[in-house]
Amino acid sequence: MNDVVLQRIDDAEEGTSLWQDAWVRLRKNHLAVFGLAVLLFMIVVALLTPWIAPYAYDAQNLDLGASPPSAKHWLGTDIFGRDLLTQIMFGGRVSLAVGFIATSVALLIGVTYGAIAGYVGGRTDAIMMRLVDILYALPFMIFIVLLMVVFGRNVILLFLAIGAVEWLTMARIMRGQVQSLRQQEFVEAAVSLGLSPATIIRRHLVPNALGPIIVYTTLTIPSVMLLEAFLSFLGLGIQPPQTSWGLLISYGAETMEEYPWLLIYPGLTLTITLFSLNFLGDGLRDALDVRGSKD
Amino acid sequence: MALLDVKDLAVSFVTRNGVNKAVDGISFSVESGKITAIIGESGSGKSVSCYSMLGLVPMPPGRIDNGTAHFQGRDLLAMSERELRGVRGSDIAMIFQDPMTCLNPFLRIGEQMIEPLVHHRGTPKKEAMARAVELLGEVGIRDPEKTINNYPHEFSGGMRQRVMIAMALINEPKLLIADEPTTALDVTIQAQILKLITELQKKRDIGVIFISHDLAVVADIADEIAVMQNGKIVERGDREAIFENAAHPYTQKLLAAIPAGSKVSAQRDDEPLIRVKNLKTYFGGEENLVKAVDDVSFKIKRGEVLGLVGESGSGKSTVGRSLLRLVSVTDGQVEFDGTDVTRLEGNGLKSMRRRMQMIFQDPFASLNPRMTVFDTLAEPLLLHGIEDRKSVSKAVLTLMEDVGLARSALRKYPHEFSGGQRQRIAIGRALATRPEFIVADEPVSALDVTIQAQILELMQTLGKEYGLTMLFVSHDLAVVRHLADRIIVLYHGRIVEEGKGDALFTNPQQEYTQQLLSAIPGRSLLEAS
Amino acid sequence: MKRFIAIRLLQAIPVILTVITVTFFLVRVAPGGPFDSEKAVIPEVKAALEAQYRLDQPLFSQYLAYLGDLANGDFGPSFKYPGRSVNELIGAGFTVTAELGLYALLIATVIGGLAGIIASLRPNTVQDYIPMSLAMIGICMPTFLLGPLLVLVFGIELEWLPVSGWGDIPGDKILPSITLGAAYAAYIARLSRAGMLEVMNQDYIRTARAKGLPEWEVVVKHALRGGMLPVIAFLGPAFAGLLAGSFVVETIFQIPGLGRFYVQAAFNRDYTMILGTTVFLSTLIVLFNLLSDVLAASLNPRLRHQYEVGGMP
Repeated sequence: MNDVVLQRIDDAEEGTSLWQDAWVRLRKNHLAVFGLAVLLFMIVVALLTPWIAPYAYDAQNLDLGASPPSAKHWLGTDIFGRDLLTQIMFGGRVSLAVGFIATSVALLIGVTYGAIAGYVGGRTDAIMMRLVDILYALPFMIFIVLLMVVFGRNVILLFLAIGAVEWLTMARIMRGQVQSLRQQEFVEAAVSLGLSPATIIRRHLVPNALGPIIVYTTLTIPSVMLLEAFLSFLGLGIQPPQTSWGLLISYGAETMEEYPWLLIYPGLTLTITLFSLNFLGDGLRDALDVRGSKD
Repeated sequence: MALLDVKDLAVSFVTRNGVNKAVDGISFSVESGKITAIIGESGSGKSVSCYSMLGLVPMPPGRIDNGTAHFQGRDLLAMSERELRGVRGSDIAMIFQDPMTCLNPFLRIGEQMIEPLVHHRGTPKKEAMARAVELLGEVGIRDPEKTINNYPHEFSGGMRQRVMIAMALINEPKLLIADEPTTALDVTIQAQILKLITELQKKRDIGVIFISHDLAVVADIADEIAVMQNGKIVERGDREAIFENAAHPYTQKLLAAIPAGSKVSAQRDDEPLIRVKNLKTYFGGEENLVKAVDDVSFKIKRGEVLGLVGESGSGKSTVGRSLLRLVSVTDGQVEFDGTDVTRLEGNGLKSMRRRMQMIFQDPFASLNPRMTVFDTLAEPLLLHGIEDRKSVSKAVLTLMEDVGLARSALRKYPHEFSGGQRQRIAIGRALATRPEFIVADEPVSALDVTIQAQILELMQTLGKEYGLTMLFVSHDLAVVRHLADRIIVLYHGRIVEEGKGDALFTNPQQEYTQQLLSAIPGRSLLEAS
Repeated sequence: MKRFIAIRLLQAIPVILTVITVTFFLVRVAPGGPFDSEKAVIPEVKAALEAQYRLDQPLFSQYLAYLGDLANGDFGPSFKYPGRSVNELIGAGFTVTAELGLYALLIATVIGGLAGIIASLRPNTVQDYIPMSLAMIGICMPTFLLGPLLVLVFGIELEWLPVSGWGDIPGDKILPSITLGAAYAAYIARLSRAGMLEVMNQDYIRTARAKGLPEWEVVVKHALRGGMLPVIAFLGPAFAGLLAGSFVVETIFQIPGLGRFYVQAAFNRDYTMILGTTVFLSTLIVLFNLLSDVLAASLNPRLRHQYEVGGMP
């Protein structure tokens, strides 16, 4: 607020906010920076894939068949002679999209739910959190398999189903944050100044709860991507003609004795992405000094 | 020969930002049967010096640069870790500040107590247990045969510190190092623990190093006192020398920081600004109802400072928060300038909040870490329309000047300030709306003593300047006596005594007040002044 | 403690009921009846079949009847394997899956726990970095990738270990157990390191050192119990994860376990089998969660005390 006014106060030194401090700490963490760079690279490639992919998505070359990596096909081809690099790039679009969209679903539901429970408190909080406890005890992995069986393999449903699993933890974290922040004296001070509840949530609670939420979001994305790959591997996730890294790994595993590159390259891509996200999440956790949100 | 003779001890910490000399060449000695106090503020190196002798400072980042520490003729600093282990818990024992966290919550106290005995002496477990029971009885734990099988959480803070003391004494050590052993305790409990330590020490003729930030605490018990500042001992001498002829300016400053004397208050017979009638604030449901404030009535006159004294759990903070509607009141009235605050809603409440403000105990928790000083101070001004966006920066700067903050602090964040400076920011925020009434809830108890004195002085000056009426809540009788016109003593949510500062001090009527008064550490000092 | 267990058991009842109800109705609203795919079923036969499986009755009375069967421990007949009951199929598969899960859990806790403790003793040294880097790999390497890779390396290239089956050839249990346990070993290593580091910074550890106890005794007697609490609390969720992981591992290694049955049933739309397995596994997971909660609480005197005094957990 009041940036215009502040510019006139020329003798005031610039302070460093906790965000700036965190950014400095994060930059010193080479693994986290590496993770961030890899992740940005993956996202850019995924966005540009339709234009930069070396081959068309469905271009087959049955005469060529499965061939090992070569100058023409950097990562080789599958049994239909389709370029593996192209497959991985298109698969990445799906895998990353599932990761980000399902996490956003979880974030939206979880943060709102948790904030309300934490701020309202009392009986409402008790009931809301008991519900979360009950849902927590449900074996969701089995349920997602069931959903996929019953309603068919539908990508939208997959987003929703995975998002519905992950929001529970998010809600718990947000509620814990809001609850502990509410007891802090600066929130009491804000109340005693006469600020409205909405202003208190916006100006005093949310900015302070953001750290753990960011960290947990970064760590949720890889677990969501893993879940999608897991389902696709079992044949219960993404369906051809669409593809995803999990599906590619599944095909690769079937033919790994003859054509190991079909397993190794998609596997490597997925693993590197998961690594990057986890490094970034760990780095953010240290930089923002967030304690025990996931382990 | 002295029991412990420390010469030129120097300890530093190697961090990414350079080498920090925590202890910079200190020398002192401890005699058997005597108490040597080491006094200093947080970060002065008083604890590090003792921990480093016993190998309890993690190395790295810690490093012993120089010095000797001869204990019974052997240099502790030259010992291997193995040899040091043989000394720790055997000839030298320790007790620590926070008895809540220093006992292992997963083990029964008996198991923990006998460890030194079993480990160093090889005493059979059964025999060791018998000895532990004996010692528990000696330190004043009731029914020790039974309680020895309890877990730490089943004891109160004071009782846990007694257990710690018994555990430290189980091997009949020659030297006891007590690191702020009473800081976390209520004042009456503190008096009991101090008495216990001196009794046991005399009876066993052991040497004690008593580390504290508070000169008053050691005033009655120390034989020798060493004052530390920035890793150096700036003054050393026996009790009389320090308290009567302090030579070093820092020692004099520490002595001056002990709040002494009563406020001389002007006669007033104005209408009361605050009138509290039968205030009741209860927490919890039917099953576990806590009557935090139970039928309390008092008045505060305009311009008066009312002290509210009590120990932890007495309900004193809840009274302050009830007055400002920060907790919901169960029953009763709080009249502010003729209006019952407990019934206000919406805009009525908001405009009343402008006239009543609060200063909180913990300067680390009471400021939003993501807001600059400017944001923090401008928020109330803009909210209540006292200033507009154009004029607010000037008003903020005036406010900062009033509370003694440099202009350069304007765009800084709370974590860039020390505790004392933060409390200045918090005071500035409370004064921003030019309130008539302030509740100050233990505003100095989280601060070092010299800072404490500065903040108290600031509050006094500003109180006059702004014409404030104040409710000053504290567990520290000396501070309250220094500041308040009138004092109320709260016990279990009820007022047990009320009176003018001096009258209450010289002639307490109620037994509880008498107990509180006799527990004030360094009482001899107060009476002398 | 009894009160705590009682409360938790009571809480488990609505959870299990929810599972049964949701699964039952989900399966029933699924498009396509179970016998639709059978070619040219004579209407009379179909009607007879539907009567046998109570499909001719109203949905709600089917539900009540199913609940009644469950109360008697009867999961009903299988749709796909006429003549065999779901109980038999679950019974046959579960002994295999349980053994696999047990080995994996052992690998996870023993290796993971030890690695985490070792790493926590000297944080930010080689002793910390090596196990923690391995743990990171374990977390990022999905089971369905690790399994094929292990098969490729140890089974096909080196020919050291058999690559499929369960209890047929000596050594065929090694690769599946490692594959399933690895990710959880990694997770437990991280948990126990974090837990131990937290505890080692506590004041009571300093007290223990001040007593002159040797470092190993400080770790084993004073730190371990508190440091391992998060791991024990994690065992419940880990068990659920292991069961799900067994779907993949049993598919890769062609193990005739419950996980593989479940996935096959999912493909075959063997509804009674899906229903039965879901209910069975869910109940198991809920009970295991309960067990790990009780274990964690019983190791923490303060919690135990709270539950004894009363009040909700």
